[in-house]
Amino acid sequence: MYQKPVIPFKGTKAQEAELREYIELEKVQPGALMPVLQKAQEIYGYLPIEVQTIIADELGISLSEVYGVATFYSQFSLNPKGEHRISICLGTACYVKGADKILEGLEKTLGIKCGECTPDGVFSLDSCRCVGACGLAPVMMVDDDVYGRMTVDQIDGILQKYTKKRRK
Amino acid sequence: MLTVEELNKIRESKKNIVSMRNENADNKSGYKYQVLVCGGTGCHSSGSQKVIDTLNDEIAKHQLEKDVKIVRTGCFGLCSLGPIMIVYPEGAFYARVQPEEIHEIVEEHLINGNVVKKYLYESTVCDDGSVKSLQETDFYKKQLRVALKNCGVIDPEDIEEYIATDGYQALAKVLTTMTPDDVIKVMLDSGLRGRGGGGFPTGRKWAFAKASQSDQKYVCCNADEGDPGAFMDRSILEGDPHTVLEAMAIAGYTIGANKGYIYVRAEYPVAVHRLDVAIEQAKEYGLLGEGIFGTDFSFDIELRLGAGAFVCGEETALMTSIEGHRGEPRPRPPFPAVKGLFGKPTILNNVETYANVCKIILNGPEWFASMGTETSKGTKVFALGGKITNVGLVEVPMGTTLREIVEEIGGGVPNGKKFKAAQTGGPSGGCIPACHIDVPIDYDNLIKLGSMMGSGGLIVMDEDTCMVDIAKFFLEFTVDESCGKCTPCRIGTRRLYQFIEKITNGEGEPEDLDKIRELCKHMQSTSLCALGQTTPNPVISTMRYFADEYLAHVKDKTCPAGVCKNLLSYEIIPDLCKGCTLCARNCPADAISGSVKQPHKIDRTKCIKCGLCMRNCKFNAIIKK
Repeated sequence: MYQKPVIPFKGTKAQEAELREYIELEKVQPGALMPVLQKAQEIYGYLPIEVQTIIADELGISLSEVYGVATFYSQFSLNPKGEHRISICLGTACYVKGADKILEGLEKTLGIKCGECTPDGVFSLDSCRCVGACGLAPVMMVDDDVYGRMTVDQIDGILQKYTKKRRK
Repeated sequence: MLTVEELNKIRESKKNIVSMRNENADNKSGYKYQVLVCGGTGCHSSGSQKVIDTLNDEIAKHQLEKDVKIVRTGCFGLCSLGPIMIVYPEGAFYARVQPEEIHEIVEEHLINGNVVKKYLYESTVCDDGSVKSLQETDFYKKQLRVALKNCGVIDPEDIEEYIATDGYQALAKVLTTMTPDDVIKVMLDSGLRGRGGGGFPTGRKWAFAKASQSDQKYVCCNADEGDPGAFMDRSILEGDPHTVLEAMAIAGYTIGANKGYIYVRAEYPVAVHRLDVAIEQAKEYGLLGEGIFGTDFSFDIELRLGAGAFVCGEETALMTSIEGHRGEPRPRPPFPAVKGLFGKPTILNNVETYANVCKIILNGPEWFASMGTETSKGTKVFALGGKITNVGLVEVPMGTTLREIVEEIGGGVPNGKKFKAAQTGGPSGGCIPACHIDVPIDYDNLIKLGSMMGSGGLIVMDEDTCMVDIAKFFLEFTVDESCGKCTPCRIGTRRLYQFIEKITNGEGEPEDLDKIRELCKHMQSTSLCALGQTTPNPVISTMRYFADEYLAHVKDKTCPAGVCKNLLSYEIIPDLCKGCTLCARNCPADAISGSVKQPHKIDRTKCIKCGLCMRNCKFNAIIKK
């Protein structure tokens, strides 16, 4: 069920123009909705209802259809993400090597549950299915950085790298 | 637009450069050394880009550009040793290379000509100090590389290196000398079966699509490798993207399609980038596009990014997703060969299947059929993971036993633990217990054992893995990934999960086991697509081989492997406890009491079973029961 997000939509005119321009290019293609949603998420970081409305209008399809697709795929998010996005791989290889313990440790350290964002908006925590780096299991990603052979003890040190960057 | 003669010219001009990457070859490349650094996701994640950057700086500093060629390749297979670097002509295999070591390797090896043995992969250094070939190490000895032939050998972002290894020759041969029926006959004779899981004969699939009449047909490639723990398709796309493009064009010619789609996971950014580059280059050389090789055959390929839905690995769901809808499967028939993408006849093959096609065209179906077993021809790539020493990618002839893969190639289970089972086929597959370790692996034997080939993920489990917990893990996955279209899958997965959860919580009753069996049977026979039909497999298979573990959970309320938290308790052995108070100070639940230098005690009612005390104890005085 749709719930209005706590954080208000802060999209800019420039973002909207970029999205509309992309849709103009893509809409002649059959099956354009998915690439458009991917582009929109790249521009805004997530897919708030305001953005979905623009997409529905431009593509000439109903908002419910856009919403249906946006909620079907795990890559699309209807809520904003943290400044640094942490994802912990829960694929089989990582799971067998104790990835659940790393996730537990992260939840405890950050004080949030998987799928949530810290109140200050710095970190969001998600699980993902296999980044394909099974040789390094268990694996954690912060933004585009991959941390392999993780242990619970390393969590604090890694998170500090990002909070320090922020202070600078 | 390239003609066949021009293609051959490029091949001849680059052949010597690529052929040097083999320790037995004569070096006619014009370079003194070639340094191959793995740029696959595994090594990339362990920092191979930094290694390449440092290497470039050092080479520039010593002005070695003319003598040394640096190549960023795809995956070598030994992901746990990353970043990996191989130096030819010696074939010296440097493992876990750090940027700080580059300076020494450049000066000692590339300038003075001495291999730096201390940084080599230990298995290539013999006891007497001599260096043996990588091909003679346990990991590579039993492997046979067909689909992965070019991975770790060529630069995937340079089409001319692909052409140098006979790239696009198969397409040239097909377009200039073969009819579509000839191609189908070759595919049928080779015995190639789909590598995505089902194992349907590729030639038959193509024949069905060719027979369908339509103004428009499509060729699709399934690169939505959703099985968690499998990464063979990713490695092929990253290491040898052109072989997939070439095979898709051949398929297009065979069935009469001029358009192809590759549906690839967005979670594989490196693979997506390399595919983009490859498609761009192929178009530039006229190997994709209008009138390829001067014939009237045209073919174009477009990338579509998946958005994280396991069910989109199912063929009809994948097509629905390309069309821009929720990725829900459709009932079959009509089969995609008759009515597929956008309602047109379509074939869909998996990445690894395509990776075999060009080699079959060039080497002949007899060559391919000479490998493997009676019903399963060729080789299979497995992604070896879990509790095993050599984590990585291996390609072996069909019919190789699990023992050879796990003990010889994989180097066995680490830390002196015992092999318990191997899981194949991911969330749709099952496990093979230790008693069947000598069964030759092929499609049919795996089905007989209650598992399946799947895409080729092979996760090794040791005695510390609880099989009920593993069944629960896979169900958690399928509950999440069921698309919700049909009831047996949508509700069945959740009910099944609840049963197993009840058992791992220690609340299971003996009749639950019968109910589970019945529910599994219903799901198998009534679900709409393969996802729902195969979801029960991990449960059925673990119940079949590890019935005693289920009974221990249900009847004795214990978890023999010591995994299921609710069935565990931690205890301090008084004789070993020195009373150092470390555990009591660190316990997050204040469940440990005792005075200094006296044995401590754990209060079971307070204990949250986090295991922190056991990990911290310096005297091994805490045990898990």
